[in-house]
Amino acid sequence: MIEKAGMTDARKSLYFHLGLIGALFILQFILPAYHHGNLARIMVLACYAMGYNILFGYTGLLSLGHAMFFAAGMYGMGLPMVHLGWTPEPALISAIAAGVVVSAGIGFLALRTSGVSFMIVTLMFAQAGFLTILYFGEWTRGDEGFVIKQAERVMAGFDLSQPVNRYNAALILFSICLLLTIRLVHSRFGRVMIAIRENEERTHMLGYDVHFHKWMAVIMSGTMAALAGAAYALLFGYAGATFASVQYSIFPLLWVLLGGAGTALGPFVGTLFMFYLIDLSSSFTTAYMLIAGLALVLLTLFLPQGLVGEFRRKVVPWLS
Amino acid sequence: MAVMTTPHISADGISRHFGGLIAVDQVDFAVPRGEIRAIIGPNGAGKSTFVGMLCGRIPVSAGRIMFDGKDVTALPAHKRIRQGIAYTFQITSIYGRLSLQDNVRLATSWRWGNDERAIQNTIEESLEKVGLADRMDQMAGDLSYGHQRLLEIAMGISQHPQLLILDEPTQGLADSEIAGFVKLIRELGGDMTILLIEHNMNVVMDTADQITVLNLGKVLATGTPADIRANREVQIAYLGETHA
Ligand SMILES: Nc1ncnc2c1ncn2[C@@H]1O[C@H](COP(=O)(O)OP(=O)(O)OP(=O)(O)O)[C@@H](O)[C@H]1O
Ligand SMILES: [Mg+2]
Repeated sequence: MIEKAGMTDARKSLYFHLGLIGALFILQFILPAYHHGNLARIMVLACYAMGYNILFGYTGLLSLGHAMFFAAGMYGMGLPMVHLGWTPEPALISAIAAGVVVSAGIGFLALRTSGVSFMIVTLMFAQAGFLTILYFGEWTRGDEGFVIKQAERVMAGFDLSQPVNRYNAALILFSICLLLTIRLVHSRFGRVMIAIRENEERTHMLGYDVHFHKWMAVIMSGTMAALAGAAYALLFGYAGATFASVQYSIFPLLWVLLGGAGTALGPFVGTLFMFYLIDLSSSFTTAYMLIAGLALVLLTLFLPQGLVGEFRRKVVPWLS
Repeated sequence: MAVMTTPHISADGISRHFGGLIAVDQVDFAVPRGEIRAIIGPNGAGKSTFVGMLCGRIPVSAGRIMFDGKDVTALPAHKRIRQGIAYTFQITSIYGRLSLQDNVRLATSWRWGNDERAIQNTIEESLEKVGLADRMDQMAGDLSYGHQRLLEIAMGISQHPQLLILDEPTQGLADSEIAGFVKLIRELGGDMTILLIEHNMNVVMDTADQITVLNLGKVLATGTPADIRANREVQIAYLGETHA
């Protein structure tokens, strides 16, 4: 049920995920426009969830402040484009840099605590980040947010506001994040992350710098979240403070729990599942969050390891 | 054989307070390279706290620790481990949801860089030594309690440490497993310096070159097994005044 050593298992898992990426590529020719658009959005949000999963699922640290990393990428992308007239390429670099800097700083401070205190501290930092965005409303336009014009969302010659380009850009990003996760999990560093999740004190007393590994995990996790935030701003042409709110810190936790913490594919499956759960239930009731909540409770009761987690446990133990 | 060289591991007046409680009180301690030293004493004497300070798990409140000629008092535990100290917990601490093989891999892989062959050999050899080689792919959490303790010992020896610290390793082992353990420790001694906290006096008498007795956080006596057996103060600490 946990990642195993054998090369063959790692390879099987890789082929499985490459197959999925292939299937997502083909789906774009089949899906009706509405679902095509949804899936592009889900893939970007799944990158956010995959980033979250690195910290929560594989390292065992529960953050309640990831919205601040997502927002760091979103505004790291959007602000220089809108106010400085940057093209998407350098703006993407500034977004990633923002993600690295914010996660390194917050990680450094928050990792002085652990357990429940770590949750609270990350929550507080994210709240401070949210308020900062509101405070600088002159540039960020606060809750209302700002639009990035279609003409500016052209990268390497591709107009990313076009559905086909947008879908494929999202797919490329999704593939990168997924393959990076698998690579990480099978690396020596990734094994130490998992060891920390499984038994932190033992890991320290086997000769590993637990604190350093956790810090790197926060940085990788936060930077992947920032990358997703940047892509969201670029592909959907909008940045707003809602994405920095508590709600957006809770979402990736729910997606990952639903799909399966500590599985490479869980974040995507969880995001997909919840997106359509809300989409379908809101089409016939205004109390759609109630339905979503109920479904969550049922799933955590009956599939505690999440959809992919249970699938791995029962069917394919070699899955990453 | 007189040992005139600097001790392999030594403590110089180390203490540890927990709030008002003095768990270890200005202990001086020195063990030469290659010696098997048993540490005994009644429950709550401060044995675990004492070795915890030697390996870095518990910070000292006062005093100095030297390992292999270097002052390691301020060195974090993971760095001491990498300098050649291995430690097994009194309460078994392994990765229950990983295979035995992966447990030992985590213990030893940092020593070998990318030499996958050496890692694999070390895993097999270490599990062989405690008699668990045929269970390499099982989940550690599925093992019996005694086997889990043996796995933890295998993890310790897979690090090829210079100093091996074992906190009550035979607790929960069957008699036949204890016999195997005594044999293993004797084989390892000479190469390795071993600190062995142990309540089973037969194990102590069969393995230790020297014994240190702790009581109420202080060293009550140090000597050969024969000395300690004959020591009246030790008898009092263990058995109470009336039996002495
Ligand atoms: N983390 C801690 N916080 C407070 N008190 C502690 C802590 N660890 C140990 N103590 C106390 O310090 C004293 C020494 O404990 P220690 O575990 O070192 O004894 P021990 O000799 O290993 O005993 P045992 O044979 O039962 O394992 C005990 O009174 C214990 O209650
Ligand atoms: Mg103890």
